[in-house]
Amino acid sequence: MSTALETPPEGLEPQGPEKAVPDKAPAGRGTVVLRRFLRDRTALAGAVVLLLLFLLAFAGPYVTPWSYSHIDYTALRAAPSADHWWGTNRIGQDVFAQTVRGLQKSLVIGLLVAVLATGLASLVGACAGYFGGWTDRLLMFFVDLLLVFPSFLVIAIISPRLRSGGWFAFVGLLAVFGWMITARVVRSMTLSLKEREFVRAARFMGVGPFRIIWRHILPNIASFLIIDATIQVGGAVMSETALSYFGFGVQPPDVSLGTLIASGTSAAVTYPWMFFFAAGLLVLFVLAVNLVGDGLRDALDPTARRGTR
Amino acid sequence: MSTTPLLEVAGLDVDFDGRPAVRELGLTLRRGEVLGLVGESGSGKSATALAVLGLLPGNAAVRGSVRLDGTELLGLPERELTRIRGRRVSMVFQDPLSAFTPVYRLGDQIAEAVRAHQDVSRERAAERAVELLDLVGIPEPALRARSFPHEFSGGMRQRAMIAMAMANDPDLILADEPTTALDVTIQAQVLDVLRTARQATGAALLLVSHDLGVIAGTADRVAVMRDGRVVEQGTVDDVFRRPREPYTRELLAAVPRLDATRRPRPGSGEPVLRVRGLTRTFPVLKGTAFRRRVGTVYAVDGVDLEVRRGETLALVGESGSGKSTTLFELLELARPEGGSIELFGQQPGTLGKAAARALRRRIQIVFQDPMASLDPRMPVGDIVAEPLRTQGAGRAAAGRRVRELLAQVGLDPADAERYPHEFSGGQRQRIGIARALSVEPELLVLDEPVSALDVSVQAGVLELLQRLKDELGLAYLFVSHDLSVVRNIADRVSVMYLGRTVEAGPVDEVFAAPRHPYTQALLSAVPLPDPELERKRTRILLAGDPPSPTRRYEGCRFRGRCPLYAELAEQERKRCAVDVPVFEGDGVACHFPRVRSVV
Ligand SMILES: Nc1ncnc2c1ncn2[C@@H]1O[C@H](COP(=O)(O)OP(=O)(O)OP(=O)(O)O)[C@@H](O)[C@H]1O
Ligand code: SF4
Ligand SMILES: [Mg+2]
Repeated sequence: MSTALETPPEGLEPQGPEKAVPDKAPAGRGTVVLRRFLRDRTALAGAVVLLLLFLLAFAGPYVTPWSYSHIDYTALRAAPSADHWWGTNRIGQDVFAQTVRGLQKSLVIGLLVAVLATGLASLVGACAGYFGGWTDRLLMFFVDLLLVFPSFLVIAIISPRLRSGGWFAFVGLLAVFGWMITARVVRSMTLSLKEREFVRAARFMGVGPFRIIWRHILPNIASFLIIDATIQVGGAVMSETALSYFGFGVQPPDVSLGTLIASGTSAAVTYPWMFFFAAGLLVLFVLAVNLVGDGLRDALDPTARRGTR
Repeated sequence: MSTTPLLEVAGLDVDFDGRPAVRELGLTLRRGEVLGLVGESGSGKSATALAVLGLLPGNAAVRGSVRLDGTELLGLPERELTRIRGRRVSMVFQDPLSAFTPVYRLGDQIAEAVRAHQDVSRERAAERAVELLDLVGIPEPALRARSFPHEFSGGMRQRAMIAMAMANDPDLILADEPTTALDVTIQAQVLDVLRTARQATGAALLLVSHDLGVIAGTADRVAVMRDGRVVEQGTVDDVFRRPREPYTRELLAAVPRLDATRRPRPGSGEPVLRVRGLTRTFPVLKGTAFRRRVGTVYAVDGVDLEVRRGETLALVGESGSGKSTTLFELLELARPEGGSIELFGQQPGTLGKAAARALRRRIQIVFQDPMASLDPRMPVGDIVAEPLRTQGAGRAAAGRRVRELLAQVGLDPADAERYPHEFSGGQRQRIGIARALSVEPELLVLDEPVSALDVSVQAGVLELLQRLKDELGLAYLFVSHDLSVVRNIADRVSVMYLGRTVEAGPVDEVFAAPRHPYTQALLSAVPLPDPELERKRTRILLAGDPPSPTRRYEGCRFRGRCPLYAELAEQERKRCAVDVPVFEGDGVACHFPRVRSVV
């Protein structure tokens, strides 16, 4: 096996590249964590719900004859029926088609922004804290700079120019402006972890700095990172809605759960189907992410008392 | 004087949340007597002491009887207990900092204790506080009475605590591990002060300690505790000379002794490690936003070491003398700030990447605190495999080796998938040793590997180290402040004082015939678990605390505390004050070395 540095991770699961080997080698951390996660019923339920949501979002458009932008003039504000399963909205678009389309967008935006923002935060924060000195000063200067920028304004200005990049560019923008505070917290946690003896032990064994961050620092702040990421998921979906409202981000005729909820709110009482399907899926999504996050957290923390929930 | 014992504890049971901590405990303590309570951690020593004082936390349930002078204390209302505490019974804790309020001056706090139980004026109480501080040997007591607790060193705080305990001429002083956190030299001072306090007040003393040596030298009678019960009780001579219970015998056998007769086997051939004049300084910084350098800590300031293949060199010295810093300098494998390091004939810091990695494999470390040095979020298998994987071993090969290693250090190979917190202290230290051994090093650096462990566990780990050394032909650099342990594992010893090597040589020779006054004081301060020998020994008490490493010293840095210096002639003193004594080979850094036997 080569001893080249593993590239530092961007994701949440600090499991390293190890896989179970048929040889009688004892299970590594990845396997142990996975095993603990699989034993956690609620977390598993969350994961299954998440999977089903993805299935709905990406298979849904193929099972309905309607497209999300098609306007059915014969059915305005129609209640759910065999024709339009979840009814239609005030201009006659199929709510099911729109909701699954919105779900697609929101799932990807929410998860991607959370993973990118938390990953960036842990990379920058851990590097700043671990290396200290000029690396620290430069990175923190950069973080502070981003913090004082009115991010909303910047997104508003840049976003139209990035339209050609599609909404992936928009995901990037949301992530770029959502990681700074987390990074500061990660940095200060790293500063105190760096003084711990087990980090010193790893250094004396000749483990490279990035590998120390990956293997020892990040797992020990994983609880915080996971909580932060789950909050980011909901936050990303919400700020996407706000931005869409002001004309950036997901633009009509395209939809997201956020825009659907925003436009359906006023009709929530009179035409509940325009609102509750989208809102319900959003709640389900955030809930599932939280369950998975909790499960991951407990799986990574060997002292967590499981089964007490 | 009446014949009722001063303190009589009978059938005492203590439970914490339903878990038994003390069972059917019975003790008697006569006036002016010293009763030693020994046992390993978790045996219920402190719970007993706290129960006597009625200071147990709310989740504890107490049954039985505790009589002070015939008066039942259990079940007494809190108000009356408070009157008894401090007036008739006072206490000295292990951690004196927690006993003082950080924001009040020490003198005021002691005066407050006086006024709480005696009807005296404020001025008189303040005077009494200064008297008490003087009695416990605090220099310039009037001035120091105005200090805050955190401005005192550990030893001085413990003295202040004793002063406070003496404030009201109590009949009984309870001391719970009063010297455990202290260096031997400071421990000797504090035990001496405790003796003074007893003479001044005529109080009886209940001394709780895990250190059999401390008990042997101080107590008249001793009670041995195990799992919440007193297994044996009697005069010190009886218990130490003729223990009746197997447990006491085991305990006594497990204690490493300073006067052991083990013959060291110094190694031969080329040294694997040679250090000359090593120095390391740290800046003292001030301010938060703009940190400026306001001074320098001379943590290591002239260390010489030599370890040969297959031998154990012990590095000893007081806390803060720079032992750990020395080790860390070695392991950085960087060019030292000053002096020279030679590892296996190579100079770290001049090597290329590949050579540096090869060198890394040959030197490994075991840390003091086995909990802190193992990543709490990594399974033991991964922890042990980490150095191997860093050296480039494949996952499968590393896995097989991990099983082997765990078995070798006396653990179950199936433990590899468990996490560190599931193991006891001794087991964790074994994991640390397995990790260090995984890459088959030739030199193992151990930073106080057993000081966090109970004696019986300690004995197991030391035995393991000895066995591994014989099997694998390792060389050890063994840092310890416990000289009894050193006597039993080391072949050669090197003594440090304030960042500098002052004496070195084969362990039997240095311990039998120490030449440096500091070595002599250090050795004489170590208590022997043998009451008869203890009574015959003379202690060389060093004055004061180790001086600050932030200063540079002219001449001999030990001058201020050197007992020999006081006896020297004018001309000789001058030499100590001007010339820095130089250390060479297996020598001694003193201008007037005189052998003095102290063990
Ligand atoms: N990183 C640091 N910054 C500033 N001062 C330090 C640092 N590390 C150690 N020192 C100082 O250097 C001196 C030597 O410390 P060191 O930890 O080497 O002592 P030690 O002999 O290992 O003590 P102990 O027996 O308590 O472990 C002490 O005065 C300590 O305060
Ligand atoms: S050189 Fe002088 S002061 Fe230093 S230890 Fe020797 S006798 Fe004492
Ligand atoms: Mg140390």
